[in-house]
Amino acid sequence: MATTPLFEAKSVTKKFGDFTANEKVDFAIESGEIHALLGENGAGKSTFVKMVYGVLQPDEGQFFMNGQPVTMTGPQAARHMGIGMVFQHFSQFASLTVAENIQLAMDRAEKLDALSARIESLSADYGIPIAADKLVADLSVGEQQRVEILRCLLQSPKLLIMDEPTSVLTPQETEQLFHVIRQLADEGCAILFISHKLDEIKALCRSATILRGGKKIDTVDSQKHSTRQIAELMVGASISDIHNDHRASGEKEIFNVTSLNRPADGPFDVALKDISFSLAQGQILGIAGIAGNGQDELMEALIGEWRDASQIESLTINGDDLRKYSPEQRRQLGVGFIPEDRNGHAAVPSMRLSENALITSHAGREFVANGFIQSERLEQQARDIIDQFDVRVPASDPQASALSGGNLQKFVVGREIIKAPQVLIVSQPTWGVDIGAAMLIRRALIKLAEEGSAIFLISQDLEEIFALSTHIAVLHHGHLSPSFPIEEMTAEKVGLLMGGADSAEAV
Amino acid sequence: MILLEPRKSVPTYLRLATPLLAIGVTILIGGIIFASLGYNALEALSVFFLSPLSRADQIADLFVKACPLIIIGTGLVFCYRANIWNIGAEGQLILGALGAGWVALSYPDATSYGLLIPMALAAMAAGALWAFIPAILRVRFSTNEILVSLMLTYVASLLIDWLVRGPWRDPMSFGFPLTPLYPDGGLIPPMILPVVGRIGQLHWAVPLALLIAVIGGLILKRTLSGFQVRLYGEAPRATRFAGFHPDRITIAVMLVSGALAGLAGAVEVSANIGQLQPNISFGYGFTAIIVAFLARLNPMAVIAAGLVVALAELGGDAAQISLGIPKVVTGLFKGLLLFMLLAGETWTNFKIKFKPRASQ
Repeated sequence: MATTPLFEAKSVTKKFGDFTANEKVDFAIESGEIHALLGENGAGKSTFVKMVYGVLQPDEGQFFMNGQPVTMTGPQAARHMGIGMVFQHFSQFASLTVAENIQLAMDRAEKLDALSARIESLSADYGIPIAADKLVADLSVGEQQRVEILRCLLQSPKLLIMDEPTSVLTPQETEQLFHVIRQLADEGCAILFISHKLDEIKALCRSATILRGGKKIDTVDSQKHSTRQIAELMVGASISDIHNDHRASGEKEIFNVTSLNRPADGPFDVALKDISFSLAQGQILGIAGIAGNGQDELMEALIGEWRDASQIESLTINGDDLRKYSPEQRRQLGVGFIPEDRNGHAAVPSMRLSENALITSHAGREFVANGFIQSERLEQQARDIIDQFDVRVPASDPQASALSGGNLQKFVVGREIIKAPQVLIVSQPTWGVDIGAAMLIRRALIKLAEEGSAIFLISQDLEEIFALSTHIAVLHHGHLSPSFPIEEMTAEKVGLLMGGADSAEAV
Repeated sequence: MILLEPRKSVPTYLRLATPLLAIGVTILIGGIIFASLGYNALEALSVFFLSPLSRADQIADLFVKACPLIIIGTGLVFCYRANIWNIGAEGQLILGALGAGWVALSYPDATSYGLLIPMALAAMAAGALWAFIPAILRVRFSTNEILVSLMLTYVASLLIDWLVRGPWRDPMSFGFPLTPLYPDGGLIPPMILPVVGRIGQLHWAVPLALLIAVIGGLILKRTLSGFQVRLYGEAPRATRFAGFHPDRITIAVMLVSGALAGLAGAVEVSANIGQLQPNISFGYGFTAIIVAFLARLNPMAVIAAGLVVALAELGGDAAQISLGIPKVVTGLFKGLLLFMLLAGETWTNFKIKFKPRASQ
């Protein structure tokens, strides 16, 4: 382009330990432009915008504002340069009023009366109805978000970043938000809009930059590309080296779930509705879906951390009713579980690996006798896991926190696979781990299935789902689609199902 | 900006050196305080630190003083390791004393030490009951156990006050708020050692306290129950994932700490007082919180921590008596010692880093 962009990022890289969250990302946005930043979870969107807003510092690369190189030393510096950000999860004080909350967040002290007047006039200008003297506790989530937007607008930003702003809104609130965004853009403010809902992007934005695996894939004109094309760019058509060639699942059904329902506990929880599936020997059922569509809730229900037999029609392994069983009882019947979060859920960082091994094997007599922990056997078990799954440890039986993410994940996965479970329920097995560990884990999962176990694989990494699964289903808003054999599925179909299209339309 | 960064591994020399360093700094600052108040600093320090250690009987009394602290501290370690904050051990101690006292006063003629067993059981049941209240309220209604257990302490002290002034008062006490003396069978026997005989006020509950701490340490480290407690304290989500029951763990640790605090109450009265009165504890239930933390929530270390705190108490008493140093100054010195020990503890586990503030 001939003109100098308002804001530009050149070859920005950010690493967390051995994990590269952003690799040589280029990005440019003009004044008055509504630009989408697209990508799956873990693609590096949040990392990128946190760097733009000064929350994180890039390891390499440079930002430019109106062509001048700039360094964001912190959010305050970013705000000073005219960059505002509406966070996905905002922090407000419920017991204070709207004006008081905004006053606290302002860089310069301002009298409450004057501020209230400014807030009210601004809210009138943009058609954002909000009363400055209302308590935040009395506001809906959508209204709380308007407070955040007003807070940014008070500082007359030149570039406004909105991190998944619609994820907490009703369709009507979303429409109002879009109205505000368009008005802002007309006035010359640049908007960086993060989302993974393709229909919204098409409705709002002209250009879209797509990130995948921390890299910028392309910047496209969202009006000229179909939803399918963009979805394909987002999830990628490429399949890595690891590939499930076996794919021949047996006939014998071993695990069955029929009509599992779970009401939502709170406003941010997703209700599970009528979830049914079954697993046969050798089958890997990949569950695609964007985070926050019920994955955590479903995991808890399958593990048995949440139990309500009256809400589930049937939940069986080899015909045994699991509905009332605790997680450990379910494990004893041959189900293994690997939750997504290895820090505090699947494993405990401050405990030794042998103690972490005990977490999922304390019911049998093998490691506990008369109430006493059999430390030697447990340490041997930990050593076996370390050896078989190539876990790199800095010392013998170290604390889990001493391991890198990839090595701890290998341990957590190995801890279940070494017990040869008939059914393995796993969520995000290679989330945030290095490539070497990811390959080892995927190979181990495939091998387990080849030996006749069934695997239920929740993943937001579509490439992983396609590489491993024999069947694919999609979780969306707490509904699980029917499962389709891998041969009938394409990245586009899955992308459409993930975006909320119903299965008839997609297939 | 000062940052505390966890050390990945703690060098052994640091682990050994920091407590000594803490005591050294305390002596230095304490000496300056004593000197600036016009006392002979060297004399004051030697009275504080050395007099309670100068004779065998005084060392024995150190153990006697530490005895209730060790018993209560062990129980509190279980709570705090599970991230359950029982602050009401003082009230549970009083209830325990009442439970034991009720048994003792019901058998005014008992001469057999066999009476001590039902007394101990009643004390533990009463203490556990008092701790069960905040536990069940937390589990059922998500109340804050810190507030409930603390407030129940005041209820307990009013309860004992009423009992010893009212229904349980000895008719022969000339109006003093005292119960009758316990029967002989209800008093903990002094410990008579072969050859040397009795040293100081040493009694049979002292070895019991040491045994409780050691058993507590074994349970916490070696048993599945102890594992559940530690796991729940470190990661509640992993506890549910493992298939344990957070509510049962919460109630169990509260019952254990309440029972042990109750036992300490019974011991204190039966060994040192011999009857119930409005004040039976010198704040042991609160001091034991410091003991538990000083021991870094490790039951075995509770023994050492209990002795250190007892030393500070007895040293403070000695300094008041022999040098006339005011109570507030000895209190200050005790606080200084504990503060330095905890600071040293922090320094052992964290690196201290100085980072320039991010520029504008």
